[in-house]
Amino acid sequence: MNLEYFQLIDRVESLDRAANRIQCRATVPTKSTIFEGHFPGYPLMPGVLIVESMAQTSGYLLLSLLKFERMPFLIQIQSAKLRTFVSPGEALTVRATLEHEGSGFAATKAGVEREGKPIADAELRFRTMPFPKPELQGMVRDYARSVGLPVDG
Amino acid sequence: MSDDTFNAVANIIAEVSSIDRAKITPESHAMNDLGIDSLDFLDITFAIDKHFGIKMPLEKWMEDVNEGRASAEDFFVMKNLVGRIDELVAAKA
Repeated sequence: MNLEYFQLIDRVESLDRAANRIQCRATVPTKSTIFEGHFPGYPLMPGVLIVESMAQTSGYLLLSLLKFERMPFLIQIQSAKLRTFVSPGEALTVRATLEHEGSGFAATKAGVEREGKPIADAELRFRTMPFPKPELQGMVRDYARSVGLPVDG
Repeated sequence: MSDDTFNAVANIIAEVSSIDRAKITPESHAMNDLGIDSLDFLDITFAIDKHFGIKMPLEKWMEDVNEGRASAEDFFVMKNLVGRIDELVAAKA
């Protein structure tokens, strides 16, 4: 993770397009300015960023399913449960499954685990639309490739 | 317009948007009369898609409205919406 740049996902570990699911790895950094305030002397990964890790994992799944022709934007956290604290240095597994692809939107279910134990889960909705800028499409594609998401074919 | 479809759609709208079911009639306009906003309408679309096993072509409908090929009433007055859902269900069969 690079929290300051909002890059929550380190690696796409598996992608099954036929089953509409993805699994990613995300390791919380040991140091970040975020931990100086959240909380002083008791650093915890903010819950909103745990939700964001599920959103980004869902986003990679949707980008792949939509062949990088449309960009998913988070529009709704239908539900979210944050079950336990997450501390600096912990390695997380983040999964997402497509629940429904509608016309211009998509719904996913996602979850976070640490050593097989559930940490969080959420139901998320996204608006999907053509990339507002071609430069963004290229940058997203390049970044997705760098974390191991197949971008061709 | 099928009564069964109308009742199913009206029940979905009432539940998703917390609207009094009795206020939803075949003549109701989803936005103008029932006050449903675009995000709530996505929730409703999601529920309708799942309930009927269809994919309502919302983007196509909005494109038709924006480019003057249709009016919003053609899609968002309840009796018309239900009629289009009936067509989508029939096309699926």
